[in-house]
Amino acid sequence: MLERVGGAILAALAWIGEVALFAFRALREAFLPPYELREISRHVFEIGWRSTPLVATSGLAIGIVLSMHTRASLERFGAEAMIPSGLAIALIRETGPLVTALLVAGRVGAGIGAELGAMKVTEQIDALEAAAVDSFKFLAVTRILACILAMPLLTTITDFCGIVGGFLAEFTVSGMSWDLYFNRAFSLIQFTDFIPATIKTAVFGLIIGTIGCYLGFTTTQGTEGVGRTATQSVVLSSILIIVTNVVLVRLIFFLFPANA
Amino acid sequence: MDDFAIRLDGVSKAFDGRKVLDDVTLDIKPGAGFCLLGRSGTGKSVTLKHIVGLLKPDSGHVYVRGKDVPSLPARELAEVRKSMGFLFQSSALFDSITVGENVAFPLRRHTDWTDEKIRSVAKAKLADVGLEKDYDKMPADLSGGMRKRAGLARAMALDPDILLVDEPTAGLDPITSDEIDELLLNLKKKGTTLVVVTHNIPSARHVGDELAMLHEGRLIARGTAEELDGSDNDVVRAFMRSENAG
Repeated sequence: MLERVGGAILAALAWIGEVALFAFRALREAFLPPYELREISRHVFEIGWRSTPLVATSGLAIGIVLSMHTRASLERFGAEAMIPSGLAIALIRETGPLVTALLVAGRVGAGIGAELGAMKVTEQIDALEAAAVDSFKFLAVTRILACILAMPLLTTITDFCGIVGGFLAEFTVSGMSWDLYFNRAFSLIQFTDFIPATIKTAVFGLIIGTIGCYLGFTTTQGTEGVGRTATQSVVLSSILIIVTNVVLVRLIFFLFPANA
Repeated sequence: MDDFAIRLDGVSKAFDGRKVLDDVTLDIKPGAGFCLLGRSGTGKSVTLKHIVGLLKPDSGHVYVRGKDVPSLPARELAEVRKSMGFLFQSSALFDSITVGENVAFPLRRHTDWTDEKIRSVAKAKLADVGLEKDYDKMPADLSGGMRKRAGLARAMALDPDILLVDEPTAGLDPITSDEIDELLLNLKKKGTTLVVVTHNIPSARHVGDELAMLHEGRLIARGTAEELDGSDNDVVRAFMRSENAG
């Protein structure tokens, strides 16, 4: 029993090591020519722009729901005026980045894993190599970089839409004007709230891109394997994002004590 | 050593403990038409993948124009690969781009030609395999045989010195199959070295100057079609006779 548990732990550690090496290799090769800028911009469009409706709608809905919950709590203390700032802090510091990352992990992570997995089992990755193209750089590095670049932009969209959603909820209940809502929302927000929380989503982008690409490149067993890769990409990316978030929040508190 | 376009020297390869290639030694002269025969799962495709450097042998050497492919650094390996075309058994067309862009892909990567010239060359290559009207179609819209031909057009895009083709006529009707054979023969006449993996014995007789047969990972026969017809080995003779069985 102990042997089996030990074996499983060792296998998990070996897997994490392989994924980490894959990520380091991608980051290192990102700085070496050829830079594949055309492919990167294509993937930023695919990953970023095409995820915008999803994160914008979700941000709007989350803003409305958060506003309703915050009102229900603060109303008891007659502190309704704090609703915009409380909601903005919650959205910008934590809810926006985390929700965006999990949404993108679902949409993009599964897509990358399935696409590369299908390319692997149909020998398209081999065909790239046979055509003297570095498949790792062409397929993995470009997608990972696109995820890193797109995540902060998508998070900003989620944050903004969340604040707009909060305003819509507040306007419906209290008739508060946009100017007043906006001023109150940003009265307590500083750059140290926005910048570290948004930059940390670049790390989430690295996780989503790396997991999807790694699992895609290591797909076996035909179409069944492709399906498994898509599912695993979402599950593993989501778990890693949630766990990494804990570490990153602690790091942000350490680097920016005012945020604690 | 440099007199050969391709030379395999004692190549062995195993997957999960199962030996797929066992001490295979062969050499192919520049401009030759070399057909590799054998039953399914005897290591023919694996041999091709060794030549293009997609697989590394567990032991032995693979030379392409005197360069030991498995030990080449990435940049030199890329140069060797640029001089080779590879038709995969599954065609392996990139399914996210059109058929024409598949053929244009190597040209876009490895030439500084204008878009107009690249499109024109890609169309000409597609015309060579009878797909001139299918430039803008997606690979998923093609039949298996058409995908195979499109894959061949892509393999020929850069006019390679060496063309590795895995089952070029599988899934094709007899007339198209003959056309592909003629196309390969024309390439050979122009000096292209052909390495053709096939089960199609009539096609092998037509295209191959020399035939070789792999059986259970070992090279058991090599020679002209006539020499293989008269081989002492029952397996070889049976295989060469199988053409009439379809």
